[in-house]
Amino acid sequence: MEEKKFEPKIAAFVCNWCTYTGADLAGTSRLKYAPNIKMIRVPCTGRIDPVFIIKAFEKGADGVLISGCHPNDCHYNTGNFHARRRWILFKELLSFMGIDSTRLHFSWVSASEGKKFVDVVTEVVEKVREQGRFEKYAKINEEFVIHE
Amino acid sequence: MRIGVFICHCGENIGRTVDCAAVAESCGRFPGVAYSIDNKYMCSDPGQNVVKNAIREKNLDAVVVGSCSPHMHEKTFRKACADAGLNPYLFEMANLREHCSWVHEDRIEATKKAIELTRIAVEKVKRNDPLSPIRVPVTKRSLVIGGGISGIQAALDIANAGFEVVLVEKEPSIGGHMSQLSETFPTLDCSQCILTPRMVEVYQHPKIKLLTYSEVENVEGFIGNFKVTVRKKARSIDETKCNGCGNCQQKCPIKKKAYSEFEENLAFRPAIYVPFPQAVPNIPVIDRSVCTYYQTGKCQMCVKVCGREAIMFNQEDSFVTEDVGSIIVATGYKLYTIDKKPDESAIKGYGEYGYGKYKDVVDGLQFERIASASGPTSGEILRPSDKTVPKKIVFIQCVGSRDEAKGFSYCSKICCMYTAKHAMLYKHKVHEGEAYVFYMDIRAGGKGYDEFVRRAIEEDHVKYIRGRVSRIYEENGKYIVKGEDTLSNMPVTIDADMVVLATAMIAQPNAPKLAQTIGMSYDKYGFYNEAHPKLRPVEVSTAGVFLAGACQAPKDIPESVAMASAAASKSLVLFGSDFLEREPTIAKVNESVCAGCFYCQKVCAYNAIEKKEIKDRNGNVVKVIAYVNSGLCQGCGTCNAVCPSKSVELIGFNDEQIYAEINAL
Repeated sequence: MEEKKFEPKIAAFVCNWCTYTGADLAGTSRLKYAPNIKMIRVPCTGRIDPVFIIKAFEKGADGVLISGCHPNDCHYNTGNFHARRRWILFKELLSFMGIDSTRLHFSWVSASEGKKFVDVVTEVVEKVREQGRFEKYAKINEEFVIHE
Repeated sequence: MRIGVFICHCGENIGRTVDCAAVAESCGRFPGVAYSIDNKYMCSDPGQNVVKNAIREKNLDAVVVGSCSPHMHEKTFRKACADAGLNPYLFEMANLREHCSWVHEDRIEATKKAIELTRIAVEKVKRNDPLSPIRVPVTKRSLVIGGGISGIQAALDIANAGFEVVLVEKEPSIGGHMSQLSETFPTLDCSQCILTPRMVEVYQHPKIKLLTYSEVENVEGFIGNFKVTVRKKARSIDETKCNGCGNCQQKCPIKKKAYSEFEENLAFRPAIYVPFPQAVPNIPVIDRSVCTYYQTGKCQMCVKVCGREAIMFNQEDSFVTEDVGSIIVATGYKLYTIDKKPDESAIKGYGEYGYGKYKDVVDGLQFERIASASGPTSGEILRPSDKTVPKKIVFIQCVGSRDEAKGFSYCSKICCMYTAKHAMLYKHKVHEGEAYVFYMDIRAGGKGYDEFVRRAIEEDHVKYIRGRVSRIYEENGKYIVKGEDTLSNMPVTIDADMVVLATAMIAQPNAPKLAQTIGMSYDKYGFYNEAHPKLRPVEVSTAGVFLAGACQAPKDIPESVAMASAAASKSLVLFGSDFLEREPTIAKVNESVCAGCFYCQKVCAYNAIEKKEIKDRNGNVVKVIAYVNSGLCQGCGTCNAVCPSKSVELIGFNDEQIYAEINAL
């Protein structure tokens, strides 16, 4: 029997003004990408609490994508700058804690970049598919559930 | 909870790839969902009635619609909820079209995803709170940035409707590029003759406050309530005393040190100058970089001849703040100068055309000045080098436009028309002269435009050659233009006396800076982005800010004027009511747990976080905590993410709601 290809589960946190609209444009342009990604809309990347990412991994996400407006183009002027700083530190922290930080992806996708959105999603899905299921984290989660 | 779920087929748009009935059926089994149904068109009147009736009959206390993007119909369904007596914020949308059916092909996978997306929305809506919109007052006053024809039109329209306008222009005079033009296509009427009355009208209008030689320094606030800081650059003249007699200009000993910007470097101007005779206001400025007084401390000739003691050598830049409700950006364009020092953009230059090297190779605006009756040659077509009449003149179109290798990939839109106009003006003035035009395509869409180009070719016998020019070099006082006629596949060599390059229209070099000040987005060329390319062409994504003219993309005068009037009418729509309703999705502080660390204050881009003192019954301050100014908060939620004690929450996107969404993934 042919082994079924692993389909990763990817959570995306995107800002309302740039990436969410860029994803809308991808749809309006009828571009195609893998259905593995599910988006949670927030007003701004500045709103994204690092704990959201931890929570997503805990809930079985194999990869997380964060995307917002390009630097200098933030709808709220500076939200994405705060986000950018936060990710630089947070990625380090993940590595320090022994969590594979390569499963966390960041990009800037503007409202006019439907094509770029598709490229980013496709790349992330491919990469996470290669990495396979996020066993390490899933295990922690299972143990945690048992102890509870 | 009694949640209603409504799945839209969007005709076939969703239904083709998503099994909507199956989605509705699955969603009906989610905890809390009391009613779930699919419908052909949810946004139609019958579709909305399905929602309204269900709210009433099934006694629903929250609604989820799975259809298109919330950017499309969130408002529609919120209103439907409100009509049926349900708080409009007890509503969420699942994007099953743009984010699902249109981007996925596999029906099973797409259906699965649609169910998951709806589940996320259901989990969120369970945690929504009833909210009511925030009402903010509207300042019925407008700021127009840029005093070219677009800015003038917008300012006059708003002022004539009875509202005050602040018009800011960075140059010493309003008028913009249109004031430099000789004649305008396709009617060949004199540009200044139609423009200057408008300029004077602006100056004399009781509702218009004109700030020339000024630039917008800072913009705070939001729609209906902007606070704008304008820098008034030092003119070195007391504007209240100067009566524009012009004596200072005539007596200034600086004669050949500074090129006139207005004459596109084809003539000189004194150190103290009015850009052109019809300038509005007719008040000079001193160019401190060439003025002898600023260089050596001597001269003061202007002081001696000024009978009104208006010269102020020690004048400094001053700042004014203006409260306005809307902002119209009409900053216009710049002509691409393929100088020795190219702009920092991706231009590689057109050195082979000898622009900047040969005096008689000029650009479009320079030719306008040469052809203009008020120009350096008083309207006679003369070569800049030796002031002789050119017998043979070559016009080259698309220099920098439609040229990805060396310039920009976009079409500058007006060059086909103005080149035809230039060639015509030349032929009307130099009857025996020969005019050649090298073109790629003729793009003459517009009323009377194609007829105009045909007139140039058929009546004025301008010779159009389809092809590019490879090189221009000087030989025996002639400019040898080497090109190709792609229609006959033959090389062409023309010994011209003068060459005019129709260089590309480009964005103002400081366009990105202004965009960042106001909070607009711009494309890779620096032109401002409209909110929607078709349906919201004069708005930007920041509410209360509108675009007019060539700052958005290359365009001609009629289009700029139309856009300016559109932007003005958008402003007037805003001024139609005293209050404005804003989304209630802003930050809120939980006062009982706030520790007063004020991290939120540091990250807030809008200064919306204030300090609030909590006092005991004796009036002693017990603690100082954060407080959100609901007028200023824009609802980005950055404060929520940084708050260590999670005491500040973004209503509508609070932690509980987002965790519920993550759990539902």
